[in-house]
Amino acid sequence: MNLSLTINGVRRDVELADPRVTLLDLLRERLQLTGTKKGCDRGQCGACTVLVDGRRINSCMALAVSLDGAEVLTIEGVARGDQLHPVQAAFIAHDGLQCGFCTPGQIMSAIGLIQEGQAGNDPERVREGMSGNLCRCGAYAGITDAVLEAQEVLATSDRRRSA
Amino acid sequence: MKNFDYVRPTTISDAVAAAAEPGAAYLASGTNLLDLMKGGITRPDRLVDVTRLPGLDRIEWLPHGGVRIGAMVRNADLAHDADFARAFPAVAEALLSGASAQLRNAATVGGNLLQRTRCGYFYDVASACNKREPGAGCAARDGENRLHAVLGWSEACIATHPSDFCVPLVALNATVEIEGKNGRREIALEALHRLPGAAPEREHALEPGDLIVAVRLPAEARTFSAHARYLKVRERTSYAFAVVSAAAGLRIEDGAILEARIALGGVAAKPWRAHGAEEMLTSCRPGPEAFRAAAKAALTDAKPSGDNAFKIELAQRIIVRALTLAAAGTPQRISALPASPFSSVSGALHVA
Repeated sequence: MNLSLTINGVRRDVELADPRVTLLDLLRERLQLTGTKKGCDRGQCGACTVLVDGRRINSCMALAVSLDGAEVLTIEGVARGDQLHPVQAAFIAHDGLQCGFCTPGQIMSAIGLIQEGQAGNDPERVREGMSGNLCRCGAYAGITDAVLEAQEVLATSDRRRSA
Repeated sequence: MKNFDYVRPTTISDAVAAAAEPGAAYLASGTNLLDLMKGGITRPDRLVDVTRLPGLDRIEWLPHGGVRIGAMVRNADLAHDADFARAFPAVAEALLSGASAQLRNAATVGGNLLQRTRCGYFYDVASACNKREPGAGCAARDGENRLHAVLGWSEACIATHPSDFCVPLVALNATVEIEGKNGRREIALEALHRLPGAAPEREHALEPGDLIVAVRLPAEARTFSAHARYLKVRERTSYAFAVVSAAAGLRIEDGAILEARIALGGVAAKPWRAHGAEEMLTSCRPGPEAFRAAAKAALTDAKPSGDNAFKIELAQRIIVRALTLAAAGTPQRISALPASPFSSVSGALHVA
């Protein structure tokens, strides 16, 4: 079966031998986009979070074939060349990681959370909105600070653009 | 995962025909089904993808004030629909208390209703489970069972239905629209899920090929919007299934309760409506005495199925708490920790 996805702005056509392939395995094993991590592979840890049609989902719990035609954004697609995405920069500035394994999922989840616009500048709402991303190193305090700062940076640049 | 045929029909009637074959299962977002397939608990021969069927992803307001929610509406979209959340705040709160943001972005209304129990023995294919393999026995009866059912269970099965969404829905008299081989029909949500009895493998009233196409809430369900809450005790702050949960809705006029609605989650194989407790509250003044009496009545038939006697007391306390909060009035905005009994003041550090 043939499948066409737009991944990080580039159209990718893939032929699948059978339909069991998850979006996560397609990204990692077929398209060599290994920035998206496989943690639990059961929708519980959030390491595999990507945006599909602008919404954050667990890529381990989605059949690739069901997403035919979708736009996918992964961690490889968020920086502009050498310029980090504001969420990436904020994670570094606030030590929002230690080992880094959960970080691509954390960052994609944070980008999704900011776009959803439900958390505002309330750290409790940010923590609740990020609760689908586990961090075994326990960098949660830095992650929350990073999300709050990145949100402010993005809002400021939006205001500049619309001014 | 066992291999399967994948089909993606473009009409509802083609989907019903494809799913009526033995071994077929519907695939919506797959947030529960793929998990079950990866673990070998469910082994369908054919998946019928219903995510592209036309007309199932809409929230439609009906002429007399009710609402029709398409089966493919995503949990997050429904919870964040401002009109819906205003009319049915306990439903929105229940949705936002379930799973994680990623899962809520994917999970669908129809899928939520038909999700399977999270009983650990059901998921462990090395354990005996009458639901997975009729006649095999129930490993949970003598196993780790502190989170299992206290109402409506049988010797054959003590599993609970895990949905949050279904709890306020059943309290508000939701109905389910079903398309089947013989056309369209509808049943009350309260009649969708079955208690285990001697056949726990039969979990609902659906026949092979039946497709849930929509859930409807009647206009009268909006009359509880000023006094409606959902409360959910979890073993961690967020992203966990309910130990016990309760939906409460009150219609209050001149300081007296005209009508009450109460349902419980995490206590039985179905969302548990407490009709008797509701009737006891009619014409009462809202307050601790009436609420405690109603809560006691709601759990009259409860009995432990294992190390879970605490859930009977806990359920009563959560009913009292949910009724008390409902009586105080639906908050303007859902709290930072939806449905949490430990909700803190906005902005505060709850774990500081």
